[in-house]
Amino acid sequence: MRFEGSQAYVATPDLLLAVNAAVRLQRPLLIKGEPGTGKTLLAEEVAGALGLELFQWHIKSTTKAQQGLYEYDAVSRLRDSQLGDGRVKDIANYIVKGVLWQAFESEKPAVVLIDEIDKADIEFPNDLLRELDRMEFHVYETRETVRARHRPLIFITSNNEKELPDAFLRRCFFHYIRFPDRETMQRIVDVHFPGLKKALLKEALEVFFELREVPGLKKKPSTSELLDWLKLLVAEDIPPEALRSKDGKVIVPPLAGAMLKNEQDLHLFERLVHMARQNR
Amino acid sequence: MLIDFFLHLKSRRLPVSTREFLTLLEGLREGVCSPSVDEFYYYARTCLVKDEAHYDRFDQAFGEYFGHVTEIPGLEAELPEEWLRALARRLLSPEERAKLEKLGWDKLMEELRKRLAEQKGRHQGGSKWIGTGGSSPFGNSGYHPEGVRIGGESAGNRTAVKVWEKREYRNLDDSVELGTRNIKIALRKLRRFAREGAAEELDLDGTIAATARNAGWLDLLMRPERHNAVKVLLFVDVGGSMEDHVRICEELFSACRAEFKHLEHFYFHNCVYESVWRDSRRRHGERIPVSDLLHKYGPDYKLILLGDATMSPYEILHPHGSIEHMNSEPGAAWLRRLLDAWPSAAWLNPEPEHLWSWRQSIGIIHKIVGGRMYPTTLAGIEHAIRDLSRKH
Repeated sequence: MRFEGSQAYVATPDLLLAVNAAVRLQRPLLIKGEPGTGKTLLAEEVAGALGLELFQWHIKSTTKAQQGLYEYDAVSRLRDSQLGDGRVKDIANYIVKGVLWQAFESEKPAVVLIDEIDKADIEFPNDLLRELDRMEFHVYETRETVRARHRPLIFITSNNEKELPDAFLRRCFFHYIRFPDRETMQRIVDVHFPGLKKALLKEALEVFFELREVPGLKKKPSTSELLDWLKLLVAEDIPPEALRSKDGKVIVPPLAGAMLKNEQDLHLFERLVHMARQNR
Repeated sequence: MLIDFFLHLKSRRLPVSTREFLTLLEGLREGVCSPSVDEFYYYARTCLVKDEAHYDRFDQAFGEYFGHVTEIPGLEAELPEEWLRALARRLLSPEERAKLEKLGWDKLMEELRKRLAEQKGRHQGGSKWIGTGGSSPFGNSGYHPEGVRIGGESAGNRTAVKVWEKREYRNLDDSVELGTRNIKIALRKLRRFAREGAAEELDLDGTIAATARNAGWLDLLMRPERHNAVKVLLFVDVGGSMEDHVRICEELFSACRAEFKHLEHFYFHNCVYESVWRDSRRRHGERIPVSDLLHKYGPDYKLILLGDATMSPYEILHPHGSIEHMNSEPGAAWLRRLLDAWPSAAWLNPEPEHLWSWRQSIGIIHKIVGGRMYPTTLAGIEHAIRDLSRKH
């Protein structure tokens, strides 16, 4: 099983190697990187390319490690007991399987995405150490042990909001998705907009990378913003010349709002453009 | 096998563990990466480095180890095979290649070992010894079809500078100065969630326990939601020598504003005296007596002072020492009062740490705050935050 990138996802050689190492050695792969560089998408693409089922577990600040294994729905059972429902006698009726349990049970090898692990409580990764290591856990209520039929391939993404514990990190492979350079970006855009006119793309990339260089932006536009913007440019049928004015003056590119989503950033940018124009 | 490399990383303060090293070897055995140095570099990084802040350090260490191999005379016996194999690069076109003698892999390695042993001192040009330039298959900047490049800049035939030599991750290193993103991440470590306020959330575990105690009759319990309960007082030095550090103060300040719900900020000049202010434009009109603050904010607040602590020692130690007004009590007394009222405190100093020992006033303040002075690098802020989040 080797991942070689996919139709819709351009992976750099270092990322490919990290994914394949994780596949080969069956270690979880921890992915970090700027927002919008395709961290979450990676798991979907790998699952698609390798023909594996994907189980997604999106983490929130209130998520507990236990919820990924199973939950005991005590409230339903309590309600049923008050109504005199017969199902109450078997506690197994009230065990709700979590994402990891489902993946462990899967007939064929699966991919599990633990998305934004840093959103959870600081103890969350530690609570999953043994489960990820051994790929098994014990269900206290029914006294059974659930073991993975096939070790699933685990992708974990993080936005760096919390530091992850060392013990957890040692068990993972790690990859930091760097912001793509111009060449890679060109390939990414080609994959998403195969018919895009060369001239428009060239101008658009120029504008995009210049925009990223603007000092003081709160949120630099990332890959997904570029793709959105291109989509709009194509939809509105904007000619490449419109991205640059004829007299060589600096202009605010059309639909810049797709790339600068922060009002202050947009304001700052417009002011800079205005200043640049006056200097000419 | 590769143990030297591992120890080298360790000595360069990369937090690598034996477990990770064994995984690295396991992967090599499994053939995860092909025998090219690029892939080995990527694989080793994936396997051994778990924080992008350490990428730059890893790149440097990798490069050092690389260069190291050529520099020690008589190392030929220790040259790991993977390394040599990995070092092999084919740079030239087929015609050019045909022109030059082809040695074959094993022969090449053997030759390399032999010549490493023979070589004494630095060598440049020529066609036999390892060194820079020339057409020997060994050393860098060479034009030999099966040439092996060892460290340094290559002749530029292709991707001359290796990935790790580009040091693209330099700005992610946590010992350099920060950007807003970095600061926010550092501050997030000070989060402490606590349940305060109105009871709006169903306490499921409590409800079950209470219902069980109630012999099965439902007894709903509610509890307040979790919020970040950390409270911060931020005192910022403005004007004078702080002008040099405006950018970093702004970044730190805006990150604090975004991160803490309970944040109170005050400005002072050089040292805290009997009054501070909140709005720089009205600093002379609307001053706030520090003694009011001492009574108003409880000891659960965390105190962060941000200033370069660079002034004349008189401004700290003597009454009437302030350069702006006549102060009846020395700044040191006020500082001690602050520290007594809010025992959980830290002083962040934007001056580079290596300059601290050259400024008398920094030494004095360092002593007053009990050594809790930290540089405004990411590592420094993290250290400060760790100290602040400890129970006092």
